[in-house]
Amino acid sequence: MKLSEHELHAYVDGQLDAEGRRAVEAALAQAPEEAARVAAYRDQNAALHSVYDAVLEETVPARLRHPTARQSAVRVAVLAAWLLTGAALGWFAHALLLESPHAVGSFSRQAAIAHAVYSPEVRHPVEVGAAEQEHLVNWLSKRLGTKLKAPVLTAEGYELVGGRLLPGEQGAVAQFMYQDSKGKRLTLYVSRLAGKQRDTAFRFSQEEKVSVFYWIDGALGYALSGELPKHELLGVATTVYKQLNP
Amino acid sequence: MTPEQIATHIPRLRRYARALVGDPHAADDLVQDTLERAINKRHLWRPGSDLRAWLFAIMHNVFVNQLRSRQAHPEEGLDDETLPAVAPTDGARLEIRDLQSALAVLPAEQREIVLLVGLEQLTYAEVSEALGIPIGTVMSRLFRGRERLRGLIAGAPVAPNLKVVK
Repeated sequence: MKLSEHELHAYVDGQLDAEGRRAVEAALAQAPEEAARVAAYRDQNAALHSVYDAVLEETVPARLRHPTARQSAVRVAVLAAWLLTGAALGWFAHALLLESPHAVGSFSRQAAIAHAVYSPEVRHPVEVGAAEQEHLVNWLSKRLGTKLKAPVLTAEGYELVGGRLLPGEQGAVAQFMYQDSKGKRLTLYVSRLAGKQRDTAFRFSQEEKVSVFYWIDGALGYALSGELPKHELLGVATTVYKQLNP
Repeated sequence: MTPEQIATHIPRLRRYARALVGDPHAADDLVQDTLERAINKRHLWRPGSDLRAWLFAIMHNVFVNQLRSRQAHPEEGLDDETLPAVAPTDGARLEIRDLQSALAVLPAEQREIVLLVGLEQLTYAEVSEALGIPIGTVMSRLFRGRERLRGLIAGAPVAPNLKVVK
């Protein structure tokens, strides 16, 4: 008997009845090439389980255990608007779902890497120091092709150290560095994003010891990185956001 | 349908999402959006029907919407940061890297089906219903996906009995 492709896969996936299984086994005994494929497909299924079954044992994050409780203020606001304006419901859902966590996720990683590289630097943490703040902001604005602002984080206990220009996936990237009285540093990574972007809520990611809050606002992506607890960094990120959106 | 009923399916939704998108944060975002949508649309669920298949159907819709929004960024590169949070032996690490990179190379429409069938063990009919496509299309994407995967991981060891330690 000639094996059909369908039978072969159904056999691998245990979706044949006993009679079908016997027929396929008999045919496979005469067809070494198909038998090798069956073995390979079974290995694929087994490998998927061996790699991903561990997820089943993980503790489910709280945000998923109570899925109606939105995480960030922006999400809460969206949900509230959603509840108030039934007619707009579908539209908002659409807007939320159009976020692109993958693309944005790689952005946060680049920010965390830039933070890890430059924040320990003792002698040359920045290219242009805060003493020349006006020049710094004008220079970075010119290179990114958009008007930038260096947020003032004095109230949060951080002073501007200065900034530098970095290469990013989509051209020039600006990095502003801040430091508190104990020398703990934060960096704000600002990149122009190609294509059309939707504004996103704050997203959080942890890259080794570096915590990152990142968001998209207009044509710019922002990432605030620092080795400090999530809630502290969120406080600073909120201040940055408010200053950029007065 | 109660939130408790939905909750029993969360671990498997997370497993599927992790394999589908790679990055753990992005995967949980996908699960969260799926759960929220399911709760908002719970009146559309037919009591007595398979809740799990319904949840996979919702996740598919959410995922496809995300892909559309990502068309400006077609790259789906995977690197160390997106590997699952497991601490395996060197051999297992290789295995994860190979499998994850290979999966990431598959077109999303094939990856979904390879995972729903091979990992989540949905029947072909369930996949057809969850994705809203004819069973013939399910099968042809499954054939192509598995062949592609076989080509990608040929030469690399795929040990079926490998233990991944958490």
